[in-house]
Amino acid sequence: MNNSRIAIFATLGALFMLGLAFASKPLYDTFCRVTGFGGTTQIAQQAPDRISEREVTVRFDANVANAPLKFKAAQTELPVQLGAHSLAFYEVTNTAASDVSVIASYNVTPHKAGRFFSKLECFCFEERIIKAGETKKLPVIFFVDPAMEDERGASDIRTITLSYTFFNTDEFTGATKTASLN
Amino acid sequence: MPMDQVAAHGHDDHDHKPGFFTRWFFSTNHKDIGTLYLVFALIAGIVGYSLSGLIRLELAEPGIGPLTGLMEVLYGTTGQQAIEQAKSFYNVVITYHGLIMIFFMVMPALIGGFGNWFVPLMIGAPDMAFPRMNNISFWLTVVAFIIAMISFLVPGGNGVNGFGGGWVLYPPLSSTAGHAGPSMDLLILSLHTAGIASILGAINFIVTILNMRAPGMTLHKMPLFAWSMLVTAVLLLLALPVLAGALTMLLTDRNFGSQFFDPSGGGDPIMFQHLFWFFGHPEVYIMILPAFGIISHIVSTFSKKPIFGYLGMAYAMVSIGAIGFIVWAHHMYTVGMPSDMKAYFVAATMVIAVPTGIKIFSWIATMWGGSIDFSVPMVWAIGFIFLFTLGGVTGVVLANAGIDHALHDTYYVVAHFHYVLSLGAVFGLFAGWYYWYEKMFGLKYNKFIGYMHFWVMFAASNLIFFPQHFLGLNGMPRRYVDYPEAFELWNYVSSMGYALSMVATLLFFFGMIESVIRRRKAEANPWGEGATTLEWTLPSPPPFHQFNELPVVKTEGGH
Repeated sequence: MNNSRIAIFATLGALFMLGLAFASKPLYDTFCRVTGFGGTTQIAQQAPDRISEREVTVRFDANVANAPLKFKAAQTELPVQLGAHSLAFYEVTNTAASDVSVIASYNVTPHKAGRFFSKLECFCFEERIIKAGETKKLPVIFFVDPAMEDERGASDIRTITLSYTFFNTDEFTGATKTASLN
Repeated sequence: MPMDQVAAHGHDDHDHKPGFFTRWFFSTNHKDIGTLYLVFALIAGIVGYSLSGLIRLELAEPGIGPLTGLMEVLYGTTGQQAIEQAKSFYNVVITYHGLIMIFFMVMPALIGGFGNWFVPLMIGAPDMAFPRMNNISFWLTVVAFIIAMISFLVPGGNGVNGFGGGWVLYPPLSSTAGHAGPSMDLLILSLHTAGIASILGAINFIVTILNMRAPGMTLHKMPLFAWSMLVTAVLLLLALPVLAGALTMLLTDRNFGSQFFDPSGGGDPIMFQHLFWFFGHPEVYIMILPAFGIISHIVSTFSKKPIFGYLGMAYAMVSIGAIGFIVWAHHMYTVGMPSDMKAYFVAATMVIAVPTGIKIFSWIATMWGGSIDFSVPMVWAIGFIFLFTLGGVTGVVLANAGIDHALHDTYYVVAHFHYVLSLGAVFGLFAGWYYWYEKMFGLKYNKFIGYMHFWVMFAASNLIFFPQHFLGLNGMPRRYVDYPEAFELWNYVSSMGYALSMVATLLFFFGMIESVIRRRKAEANPWGEGATTLEWTLPSPPPFHQFNELPVVKTEGGH
């Protein structure tokens, strides 16, 4: 091979790695969604048909990053049977004098529970506008996959903490894109 | 390499050197560019070394003293404000110390300097494959360094100039949230520029080594330094674009409203760490592999034996390079990854100890039974093997996720990577310097000064870094401007070691100046029968253009 051939191949190799670096963003998202990595929760269309005897405690955590909100869970914890779908509520109040548009990011701990924690419906799926002074009740419908009790390394989970953090979306423009990713 | 088959190179008629400006600024000659890289690395090295002096000065005793005084002078502030600035300035100092030493000292010296000088000479090529691209690589590196220095001098965002988020540039410290000032943007530009320079250089090396070897020199007969540069170049080619990608994402996050690493927009700062270390781990091999190559030649030359296990040595470097790409997350055990993943990264990391062990044992086996000449380069090489092994052992300790949870970001880690880089790569650099000095500049150096430099430097660097193991094991975190009094003793010893290293540095420059003043004429091959590679068949310094008639390699046995 002549010099320029090898140089071109080497350049292509470098460009491939550059492309891979950018491709890592969607790959990383997909990887987290599929494997529940970092406590990424799952989205399901329907509850499973099997309800197990096993019960876990689901705890609820609420945080606000950068919005003028009061945000708390209506219940601190719920006993949940594996496979049964449960309803929990959060409450959010806009303490500012103007409307605010927010979106929540979320995960569960322990992280290894992410694969088994599925949401049927969640306020976190899309961007929300909370009017000035308004208090809203926000529902989450979820279940814990009964497959968890058969999984080596996950069967020891007794407590799962579901956590949300509200971010102000006025500070950036990528909210709709983000919501569609989840 | 058989010397008798290479005709003596008189070349007086070809040896027309261009005028000063054309020769050094528009240079396309691999030896001149190599010299330029070495001079550049010396200058950048002085800057980086001075910054580490500020660190050791500040840490010599508890309290925030010397840097506060410096802030009072630099910014005219007093009292609490000066102390706050001193804290931020300390972070700036450690950040630029790391970046300058890695990107503008070790890499330009080992790859740009010795690589440019000796890869073509060793493989019997007249020059690099793309001489003008070589010139671009060098000057882009200079530009990158200037931009980095400007970045050091413009507002960073925490009340002082410069970016203070550590050389790893993790967001959110490197996002606008952590450092809103222009310093970080300039730093990104600087690293992009340095990255492009290195990628162009890497392409040049790959093409040169694959295409321009002397007739008869198969890959399996190629000198180990050329092997090390080939592996290094491939690592550069594949790792640097990933850094470029991560930095570009950081840049758009900072300036154009993307959220790659911003959790409020669905991004994840941990992803930066993955990308960074996917580059960063190969990067540490990029810094050490050329030194491996140099040490192999020195050990073989002064043991007057061919290197033990030549093919094993070559493929050990290849496998270190390959495995280096799949172990990155051992730098980030504490981010909260699952145990199974940690188990994988522990195992994969430990595997690297195998090819590294092959190299260490082969160097020792080369010395074994050899007629060893403890010349200046040889003592540096033996010092390298000793210190690198020590750093390797602490590396095996740190590879264990369980232990790393306790030692992560402590001075134990600082001691570890300075043993393999500051003492490993830098001792490799000095070994190469004393091995090839006569060849490059055509002057003999004073051996006594060389030995003095070695022993003072050896004592100093161990004094600096060995106590840091104790500090780390006792829980002293890195990147802190101050510490409790319990850590005073070993910090003091470490700072005294730095003071001693200043003597070593003066000896180094003194030796250089002495050789220039005395002008003792060099021999073509001062090392005798052990020095078998092609560069020793040429006069010292080599003619401006060499190998106009390609040397033919016939005999068996590579190195």
